[in-house]
Amino acid sequence: MENAHPKESQLPVTYLRPAKGWLSMDLGELWRYRELIYFLTWRDIKVRYKQAVLGVGWAVLQPLLTVLIFTVIFGILLKTPSQGLPYPLFALSALLPWQLFATALQRSSVSLVGNANLITKIYFPRLAIPLSTVLAALVDFGVSFIVLLMVMIYYGAWPGWRILWILPIVLLTLVTALSVGLWLSALNVQYRDIQHMVPFIIQVWMYASPIVYPIETIPEGLWRSLYGLNPMVGVIQGFRWALLGGNPPDLTMVVSMGVVLILLITGVYYFRRMEKTFADVV
Amino acid sequence: MPDLAIRVENISKRYRIGVLQSRPDTLRDLVLDKIHRVGHFLSRRAKNSYESPSHIWALKDVSFDVTRGQVLGIVGKNGAGKSTLLKILSRVTDPTEGYGEIRGRVGSLLEVGTGFHPELSGRENIYLNGAILGMRREEIDRKFDEIVDFSEVGKFIDTPVKRFSSGMYLRLAFAVAAHLEPEILVVDEVLAVGDAEFQRKCLGKMNDVAQEGRTVLFVSHNMSAILRLTQETIVLDEGRIVMRGPTPQAVDHYLNMGLTKQGERFWQQGSGEGESGPFQPVALRVLNLKGEVADTVNAVDGFDIELEYRLDSAISGLRVGLYMLTTRGEYVFTSFDTDDPGLFETFSERPAGRYISRCTIPPYLMNEGRFVLGVNASSYRIRRFFQDDKALTFTVDATGAPGTHWPEPRVGPIRPKLDWTIKKIEK
Repeated sequence: MENAHPKESQLPVTYLRPAKGWLSMDLGELWRYRELIYFLTWRDIKVRYKQAVLGVGWAVLQPLLTVLIFTVIFGILLKTPSQGLPYPLFALSALLPWQLFATALQRSSVSLVGNANLITKIYFPRLAIPLSTVLAALVDFGVSFIVLLMVMIYYGAWPGWRILWILPIVLLTLVTALSVGLWLSALNVQYRDIQHMVPFIIQVWMYASPIVYPIETIPEGLWRSLYGLNPMVGVIQGFRWALLGGNPPDLTMVVSMGVVLILLITGVYYFRRMEKTFADVV
Repeated sequence: MPDLAIRVENISKRYRIGVLQSRPDTLRDLVLDKIHRVGHFLSRRAKNSYESPSHIWALKDVSFDVTRGQVLGIVGKNGAGKSTLLKILSRVTDPTEGYGEIRGRVGSLLEVGTGFHPELSGRENIYLNGAILGMRREEIDRKFDEIVDFSEVGKFIDTPVKRFSSGMYLRLAFAVAAHLEPEILVVDEVLAVGDAEFQRKCLGKMNDVAQEGRTVLFVSHNMSAILRLTQETIVLDEGRIVMRGPTPQAVDHYLNMGLTKQGERFWQQGSGEGESGPFQPVALRVLNLKGEVADTVNAVDGFDIELEYRLDSAISGLRVGLYMLTTRGEYVFTSFDTDDPGLFETFSERPAGRYISRCTIPPYLMNEGRFVLGVNASSYRIRRFFQDDKALTFTVDATGAPGTHWPEPRVGPIRPKLDWTIKKIEK
């Protein structure tokens, strides 16, 4: 029986203490649980496509149909300016990061409640749940992106190496969705109103972002600056630029990143503060 | 210094009753609640809100330690704080007060099947569940075949688990959990689910774990299993440790704790059907061998059930009786106080007055479990004076009943002591 156990000093020691208001943001712990994040992401992706008849087809159809509607209403009927680009391309290039954001935000805000059975039975860093739902949204995005590339080839638009800029921009999109998702998911544990509000928030947010109209529609000066506080403005502008050119991201991008950073830090803080009570409340 | 696996000091856990029962579900409630609290704050200042009636202590000042390799039982009634304690030890929830230290990985069998997704195949669920329980991927790879073997799901391993029978589902879930190889294993009432075969397997695995020198915390209502598997046991009551000692004494203490606490049901004046009806129930009681009101009685000793009632006017042809049901609602038996024709003759008319009808449940009849008592008072084909199908519940403990040397639950509400002969009829 000797050597059946590692020496006492090698065993991990867990301390149980009352939850305190100020917690260190133990991101190292999140890293130790990276495989769990991977498996939860993998589960979300797998389950989503297993249950849908059209499977990946939705990731193709959804942006195409939306762009069709936008093109008819805003492009043809309302004759919205589109920075000299074909309207479908103009709208699709914004719709992609937007849908990534909207999907990630929507799923992450209900993620904690949806995983209540895990939360009440097993310990793991709760951040893993919204994080994995946000990551799972990337698969849809990847499929839609191929559609976008094909539309670009059709219109003969090719950005060259500038296209690599979409990588950091996609990352920024995910971080934005995660920051807001952390707030909403933690709030939703206690106040189920949130999940009813989320679709509405997303809809308003969409019209507050330059998706169907170009950013130039917003008057310069104070209004434009206020507009820039919406982090998705910088994201969409940058994404469009990386693919189609036009005005490169300016100060708006920096403002967006600043706003996201604030949202992220407060979101993580609020989440970590509340996570100790999730199991008791959810 | 002793080789401790778990040490907790003065752990307490407070729940807001509002959280448990009617939490503020909506923002409107929150706003109202905040306004309330501001009002309260202004009016009573910093009065200790801990004692406010809207809070309950699920655990209060619990301290104990467990040395490595010990198998410790935890018993207590529902609501005594067992589950809360296990949740704190497995870090699902934090204590409100106190401090604890745990050395080693905690694996809990309170979550058999947690995180299983019905759409995913057995194989996929093994990986998912393993990761959720804290196994690393290569660890799961390594143990994969062993897990599949243990679960006996074999060729169905690539079928979505929603198509599994509940037995297969449980076996697979248990197989994953059982291969976690934690330093500390926490087992909560898993023996209450699954078929006998599965339960045997659980017990066997727990025995193995204990033999290997791991630390086991075992929570159960099954006293035979506790007696069989543990040497030392903690008794929890109302969030406190009321006893820690050698298992036989602790189990005795636990079984006697129920005395006079429940096992009794009173009716308000006028509860009889037809407010001014002649039959008024007063109380229903379960009595142990010593005649004390008890929530838990022993099947081996037998016990009494008595109904006290008042007749405001004489009733002819009255029969007062009991139904006994399992908690799942299956009838075990029905019996009336005038089932015996002689007694029926004697009490053909019962004059006004106070009565007690008592029946004796013989020793070695009932199986262990929770039972429900229903009450009926009627005159056959004439009138039903009173009926209450769920008047009282009580627990039968089967310690010492036939076959308890095998610590497995037996199906069926009764566990009679029957005469068996074994005869060799051929060489």
